[in-house]
Amino acid sequence: MSFPWARAYQPKAPLMRYLDEKLPLPRFVYNAVGAGYPVPRNLNYMWNFGVLAGFCLMLQIVTGVVLAMHYAPNALVAFDSVEHIMRDVNWGWMMRYVHANGASFFFLVIYIHIFRGLFYSSYKAPREMIWLIGVVIFLLLMATAFMGYVLPWGQMSYWGAQVITGLFSAIPMVGEPLQIWILGGFAPDNAALNRFFSLHFLLPFVIAGAVILHIWALHIPGSSNPTGVEVKAESDTVPFHPYYTAKDGFGLGIFLLLLMTFVFFLPNALGHPDNYIEANRLATPAEIVPEWYFWPFYAILRAFTFDFILPAKLWGVLAMFASILLWFFLPWLDRSPVRSGHYRPLFRKFFWFGLIPAMAILFWAGGAPAEEPYVMLSQIATAYYFLHFLVFLPLISWIEQPEPLPYSITEAVLGEDKKAVLGENTAPAT
Amino acid sequence: MAMATPSGSGQPGATGAMVDEQVDGDGVRRRDFISIAAVSTAGVGGAMVLIPLISQMAPSKDVLAQATTELDISSLLPGQAIKAVFRKQPLFVRNLTPQEIAEAAAVPISSLRDPQSLAERTKEGHANILVTMGVCTHLGCVPLGVAEGENKGEYNGYFCPCHGSHYDTAGRIRKGPAPTNLLVPDYEFTSDTTLVIG
Repeated sequence: MSFPWARAYQPKAPLMRYLDEKLPLPRFVYNAVGAGYPVPRNLNYMWNFGVLAGFCLMLQIVTGVVLAMHYAPNALVAFDSVEHIMRDVNWGWMMRYVHANGASFFFLVIYIHIFRGLFYSSYKAPREMIWLIGVVIFLLLMATAFMGYVLPWGQMSYWGAQVITGLFSAIPMVGEPLQIWILGGFAPDNAALNRFFSLHFLLPFVIAGAVILHIWALHIPGSSNPTGVEVKAESDTVPFHPYYTAKDGFGLGIFLLLLMTFVFFLPNALGHPDNYIEANRLATPAEIVPEWYFWPFYAILRAFTFDFILPAKLWGVLAMFASILLWFFLPWLDRSPVRSGHYRPLFRKFFWFGLIPAMAILFWAGGAPAEEPYVMLSQIATAYYFLHFLVFLPLISWIEQPEPLPYSITEAVLGEDKKAVLGENTAPAT
Repeated sequence: MAMATPSGSGQPGATGAMVDEQVDGDGVRRRDFISIAAVSTAGVGGAMVLIPLISQMAPSKDVLAQATTELDISSLLPGQAIKAVFRKQPLFVRNLTPQEIAEAAAVPISSLRDPQSLAERTKEGHANILVTMGVCTHLGCVPLGVAEGENKGEYNGYFCPCHGSHYDTAGRIRKGPAPTNLLVPDYEFTSDTTLVIG
C-alpha cells in the first residue's frame, strides 16, 4: 500500500519492460525504496538509522562470509585460525577488524534507532507491528552477537559462553539439563563452539528475513515523522528517491568515516585484551565483562544481590530478560494519542531527566567491577528503568496536557498550509 | 463440497462427487476419516522428526565417556589445594588444616544460605579432604583460592572474582550472589591416597 499520489513505475527500456512483465523485481524496489515511496518531507537525521542498520547487516554478512572461508570452528584450532586470518590471509586483518568493529557500530546504530522510536513514540498505532518486529530483530541480533563473540575462543569468548549459558541454569528444575543441552557438554567445548558457529552463520539470514517483514509493515502506514502528525496530502511528502537516498547517502558517508577510523586506527579499542589469550578452562579472567553493547543488561543482571522469595540469581536473569521483553508491551503502556516528544512537556522531562540518565548509569555500571558504588547505582537505575515503563509512562499519558500540534507536516515545515487557512479541517488532528 | 479429486471409478465429475458425499446419519463422510487419518499420520511423523533434531544437541557419547577421573593425592599436604579436571571442568581438592576444620565447625548451620556441615561434605575418616567442583554456583566462573597467594575471600575459602561470591573453608556460600555451596561431586577413596571421582 502507499499513498494515492505515489509515482507509478513506468519502465521505458524494452529490457526493463520485459523484466517487469516476467519478474517485477525492479517495480518492487522502485515502490519500496525508490521514487514510488512517498515519505514525509520533514524527516531529520534521526531517520537515517534504519537504512544504516540495513547497511550494517549487509556489511556483517559480507565480511562474515569471508571470515568463514578461513576460520575453523574446532576448539583445538579455532584460536590459531583467527590469528591465521590476522597474519596470513590477504586482507584478513581488515575483514576481521571490520567485522568486529562493525558489530559494535551495528549496535550503536540500532540503539540510536531504538532511541528515535522511544522519543518520537514510533511504536504507537498504526505502527505497533513494525515495533514488535523490531524488538524481535534486536533479540536475534543479541543472540547472533553473543555467539559470534565465542568463536575466536579466547578467554572472554570461553568465559562469556560459560556465564551466559549459566543464565539458563537459574531456571528452576529444567535449568541445568537445559544448560548441558545448549552446550552439548558439561562446560563449553567443541560441541558448543561448532553449534555456535553454525547458528552464527544462520541467524543473520533470519534477521534479513525479519528486516524484510519490518520494512513491509512500515510501508503500510508509511514512515512516521518528527511532528508525529500523519501525512494528509501530497504536499506533506517527497519521493524517497532522490530526496532520502541522498540524505541517507550523506549519513552513510559520515558513518563510514567513523567506522573506518576505528578499523584503521583504534581496531581493538572496543574489544577486551583478554580475548587475545587462548581459552583456559582452569582459570577465569580477573574480571569478566561482556562487550560494551551488553553492559546495560549485564548491570540489570548483577543488580539483584538479595534473595526475596526467589533466589537472587533467578531474579537477575528474569529482570534482564524482562527489561527487553517489556518493550513488546510499550504500544499499550503509553496511551497518549500524541506521538512526538516535542509536544509532550511531561513525557519530555521524564525522558531526558529519568530514562536517559538511568540508561547512561546502566551502561557505565555494567562495564564496571561488581562492587560498590556500582552495584547500588545499578540497583537504583534498574528500579527507575522498570518504573519508567510500567508506572510513569501510563500515568504521564493520563495526566499530561500536550502542547498544540501543527495542522499538518506542511504547516510545520512552511509555517502555513493553505488547506488549514481555508478551514478544510480546523480541528488539530494527530 | 465435492473436491476435484478423482473418485474410485477414476471419473471426475458429478458421478464421483455423489459417491464421495454418501452421508451417514451424523453428516460424517468417509472422506473426513481419510483426511483426519492422513493429516494425523503426517503430523505425528513430523513431530517425531523433532526427537533426533533435539537429541543431537545433548552431550555425545565421547563427552559422556569422560565421566570418571582418578586422582592421587599422596603429595597433598595440610593447607594445600590442587586443581584437577573432571568432565572438562575444574575440580578443587583441598587438604584442610585443623584450624580450617575448626573454623568450618564453628559456624551455626542454621545461619547458612545452603545449610550443610563439613562432615556432610566430606567422607568419613577423611574429614580433612574437601573435594568440590571449581565452578561457582552463580554463573560458572572458577573461584580463586587454590594456588598460594590467591584471594581466598572473607571466609578463608574460595572467592569468585566474577560477581563477588565468598565461600568458606568447607566450600559453603557465605556472601555474594551464588545460591548454593560449591558442588561436591560423587567420589570415593579407593585407597587412603587415591580418589575416583564420578
